[in-house]
Amino acid sequence: MDGIMSQTTQAKATTGVSWTSRFKTWEAFLLLITAAVFVLNTLASPYFLDPWNLSDATFNFTEKAVVALPLALLIICREIDLSVASIIALCSVVMGLLAEAGFSIPLLVLGSLIAGTLCGLLNGVLVTRFDIPSIVVTIGTMSLFRGITYIILGDTALKSYPSGFEYFGQGYVYWVFSFEFVSFLVLAAVFYFLLHRTNFGRRTYAIGNNPTAAFYSGINVARHRLILFCLVGLFCGLASVMLTSRLGSTRPTIALGWELSIITMVVLGGVNILGGSGTISGVVIAVFLMGMVTFGLGLLNVPGIVMSIIIGLMLIAVIAMPILLRRFKQRRS
Amino acid sequence: MANLLKNRETQLAAVIVLMLVLIAFVNPDFIAPSNLLSVYTESSILIILALAQMLVVLTRCIDLSVAANVALTGMVVAMINSQYPELTLPLVIAAGVVLGTLLGMINGLMVWKLGIPAIVVTLGTMSIYRGIVFLISNGEWVNSHEMSLAFINTPRTEIFGVQGFAIISLLIIAAIYIFTEKRPLGREMYAAGNSPTAAFYTGIDVGRTQFWAFTISGMLSGLCGYLWISRYAVAYVDVALGFELQVVAACVIGGVSIMGGIGTVLGCVLGALFLGVINNALPVIGISPFWQMAISGSVIVIAVIANSRAERKVGRIILRKATLARG
Amino acid sequence: MALKKLLATAIVTATMTTAGIANAADTRVGLVVKALGIGFFEAAAEGAQEAAKELGDVEVIYTGPTTTTAEGQIEVINSLIAQKVDAIAVSANDQDALVPILKKAQQRGIKVMSWDSGVAPDGRQVHLNPSSNALIGEMNIKLASDAVKATGSDSGEIAILSATPTATNQNIWIEEMKKVLPNYAGLTLVDTVYGDDLADKSYREAVALMKNHPNLKAIVAPTTVGILAAAQAVQDEGKIGQVYVTGLGLPSELAGHVDSGAIKSFAIWNPIDLGYSATMISYNLVKGNASDSEVGMGRMGTAKLDADGSAAMAEPFIYDASNVHKFAEIF
Repeated sequence: MDGIMSQTTQAKATTGVSWTSRFKTWEAFLLLITAAVFVLNTLASPYFLDPWNLSDATFNFTEKAVVALPLALLIICREIDLSVASIIALCSVVMGLLAEAGFSIPLLVLGSLIAGTLCGLLNGVLVTRFDIPSIVVTIGTMSLFRGITYIILGDTALKSYPSGFEYFGQGYVYWVFSFEFVSFLVLAAVFYFLLHRTNFGRRTYAIGNNPTAAFYSGINVARHRLILFCLVGLFCGLASVMLTSRLGSTRPTIALGWELSIITMVVLGGVNILGGSGTISGVVIAVFLMGMVTFGLGLLNVPGIVMSIIIGLMLIAVIAMPILLRRFKQRRS
Repeated sequence: MANLLKNRETQLAAVIVLMLVLIAFVNPDFIAPSNLLSVYTESSILIILALAQMLVVLTRCIDLSVAANVALTGMVVAMINSQYPELTLPLVIAAGVVLGTLLGMINGLMVWKLGIPAIVVTLGTMSIYRGIVFLISNGEWVNSHEMSLAFINTPRTEIFGVQGFAIISLLIIAAIYIFTEKRPLGREMYAAGNSPTAAFYTGIDVGRTQFWAFTISGMLSGLCGYLWISRYAVAYVDVALGFELQVVAACVIGGVSIMGGIGTVLGCVLGALFLGVINNALPVIGISPFWQMAISGSVIVIAVIANSRAERKVGRIILRKATLARG
Repeated sequence: MALKKLLATAIVTATMTTAGIANAADTRVGLVVKALGIGFFEAAAEGAQEAAKELGDVEVIYTGPTTTTAEGQIEVINSLIAQKVDAIAVSANDQDALVPILKKAQQRGIKVMSWDSGVAPDGRQVHLNPSSNALIGEMNIKLASDAVKATGSDSGEIAILSATPTATNQNIWIEEMKKVLPNYAGLTLVDTVYGDDLADKSYREAVALMKNHPNLKAIVAPTTVGILAAAQAVQDEGKIGQVYVTGLGLPSELAGHVDSGAIKSFAIWNPIDLGYSATMISYNLVKGNASDSEVGMGRMGTAKLDADGSAAMAEPFIYDASNVHKFAEIF
C-alpha cells in the first residue's frame, strides 16, 4: 500500500461535478451506515425522533464540525493541526477579557476571530518558514496556547458576558433550527464551493497530491499552507464564540480533548490523512454520523467513554473495510 | 555526521545542567544528589515510554495509544492482584507485559497488513483501549488497600539507595541501546524510516519493522502499566490521560525526527529528563503550576525549531522535497 | 435514489412505531455526578437506589461524565433532557457553566436540584449541602489542629490539597477554613494546591508540598481522591509521624492508611445518606411536596431551606483508628 492513487480516485477528488458519480464510493458507504444508525436509534429509544431532541443533539457537534470543515482542507493539503482545541480556549479567554472591559458583542466576536487567526498564523509561520512538520509544531502550540489560558485565568472564570451574547450558542433561527446548526449548514455549503469549485480548492488538492509538482507548476505552496492554517484558526475563533456563548462562561478547560474528535470527524469523512483526497460532503455526512451515534447512545445512558470505544471502532472499521473489500475482490479475480 | 549528532545531545545536556544551576539559586536543596535521584526516579516511566515511542517514530509512524495501553494493562494487573493476591508478583507483571505486547501487535498488524496510517490506527485504538478499561472495571477504582503489599512495594525497594523504578529504567535504556546499535532489526528500523524505498530494495520489509516497533512499544507500555499503578497505588480509567503527548514531546525534544530515521537513545533519554526536571522543578521554585503547560509548550516549539535547523545541515535538502512528495 | 427511498421508509416506519409508546408511570430522576468511578459517588448512587426502593415508583438514572469536566456533564444533562426525565439532581463540576443547560431543563418542565457541589441559584431550585459549610470548614481545621498535636508540637504549618480549582464546594469550604483559622493560633496555612481529583496529580502535588515546606505538619485534603493520594505520598516519602494527612475521605479507602499511621483522623458524612436525601428531595419537588422553606428527606428528616434555597443535611462524622474498620465495611 503506497501513496499512488488510482486514476478514478484522482478524478473524483478534484472535479466532483456530477452528483451520482461521486456518490458511488465513500460518501454512499457513509450514507448507508448513517441510515442504518438512524434506524437503529429509532428502534432503540422512543425519544430519538423528537424534533427538539434532535435539535438539542446538534449542539454537541456543530462547534466541532465548524472546525472540521477548514481542517479537512488542511489535511487534504498534507498538514495537520492538533492545536485547534487550545485555540478555541485561547479565543474564549480573549473574549472574556474583552467582555470584562465592557466591549460590545460585535467587538467580542471580532476579537475572537482575530485571536484565532493570529494563532493559526503562528502555526503556519512555524511550519512554512522553519520547515517543521506540522504535527510536532501543533503538539507544541497545543500546550502553549492552553498554557497561556491557564496563566491568564488560573483557577478563575470569566463570566461577565453581556446579555444577548448567548444567542450564538443558545439561540434559534427558526423553530428547532438553532443558530449554530444553521451556521454550520451555511458554512458547509461555502466550503463545498471553496474546495470543489474554485481554483483555491484545486490548488489544495494539487499540493496535497504532489507538493513538488505543485511548486514547480507555479503554485506558491508556502503561502497556500499559511492561508489554510490561518483559516483553521479563524474558524476556531468562530467555534469559540458559539461554545462560550453556549456555556455562558470561560474556563481554561474549555474544549479540552476536542482535537481528536474533530480529526476523527475529518478522517471518518473520507479525507486521507496522508493528504490528497477527500470531500466536504464526506465530512458533513461523517459529522452527522458521529453526532447521531453519540446522541443515540446518550439516550441509552451509555457512558461517554464507552461511546468513544464505538467511535474508535467505527473509525478503524470504516477505514479498513474498503481496503479489505479491495483485497477480497483482487483475490477473487 | 557523528559529530553533529554528538553536538545535539551535548547541547541538550548543557541546557539541562544550566537549568539545574538556575534552579539551585532559588532552591539549593534541589540539586542535592538524593533529590536529583528522586527526580530521575520520577521520570523513569517517561523515559521508558519515550524510548518505546522512539522506535515507532524511527520507522515513520506514531503511537498515540501508549497512554491508553498503560492504563489498560495497569488496570488488568491491579484487578488480578486484588482478586487473586496469592498469585506471585512476577506472574502478574508478566501477564501485564504480555497484554501490552498484544495491544501493540494489534496496532502493528493494522499498520503492516492493512496499510492504514499509524496516526489513524492509534487514534482509534487509543479510544478503544481506554474504553475497555472502563468496561472491565465498571468505572470502579482499584485502591491501594486492595493491592497486595508486594505489588506496591517491590519497585520501591532500594538497591544501593536506588529505587527499583530507576533500576528498571536503566536496564531498559541499556537494552534499547544495544538493540538499536547492534541488532539487525534495530538498524533496519533506522533504514526503514530514513528511506523506505532504499530499504525495500535492500530487502528490508518496511511494514514488518513497523510491526515490530509497535510490538516492542506495546511491551514496554505493558511494563509501564504495572509501574505506573504501583507508583501511585491506584488504578482507574483516567490513568496517564494525555500522557502520550508528553511522550512524543520528550522524543522530539531529544532530537528524534518525526519524519523518521533520525534519533538516538541518549537524545531520547535527555529529552525525557528535560521534561522531568521541568515538571519537578516548577512547583519547587515557586512558579505557579499554571505556568507549567505554557512552558512545556514553548520548550517543544523551540526544540522543534532547533531540530529542524540541525536536520537541514545533514544535507537532505534535495531529498526532503522528494520525500515530502512521496509521503 | 434507492438510498433516499430506504431513508424515507425508515423514517415513516419509525414514526409509526414510536407514536404508540406511552410514558412510564415512574418518576424518573437523573442523578448526575462529577465523574463516574469515584467511590464517594458510587456510594451516593447506592443511597439513591435505597430511596427509590423505599418510594416504590421512582427510577434512578445514575450517570456522569468520565472526566471531571463541565462539558461532559452538559452532554449528559442534554441526553437526560432528551429522555424527558422528571428531575435532575446534579453535583456540579462548575457552578456557572451548567446554568444555561439547567435553565433549559427547567424550561422543559424538569425539576432541578443540586447536591454536594452546587450550581448558581438560577440554575436550580434547591441545593443540598451535605452539611453546613461553616461546620465543614471548622471541622477540617479542627482535624488539622489535632494532626499537628499528634506530631508532638502545639503549633505548625499546614497546607491544603484540594480538587479542581473550579469545584464549588471545595472553594466554599476553603473559604470557611480560612475564616476559622485565626481561632487556632498555632496553625499557619502555607499553601493551597490542586490535584484535580486525579490520583497521580494529587500525589505529585502532595510530594511537592512536603518538599517545599520541610516543616509541614499536616496536609488537609477535603477531597476523597486527594486525601488518599496524600496519604500514599506521606508513606512513600517516609514521613509517617512527621506529617499527618487529614480531611474528608471514605473509611473503606482510608482504613489501610489509618493503620499505617499516615492518617490520625478524618471526617465525612455518609454519602449513602446524601444520595438518599437528594433522591427524596427530587421526588418531593416533582410531586409538589416542597415549600419555600422546607422539603422532606425521608428517613433523614426535613431539610430547612434558606433564602437561596440551600439546605444542610447532617453533621460530619469523625473517623479514626477506633471506628474506621467498622465503617469500612459500609462505605
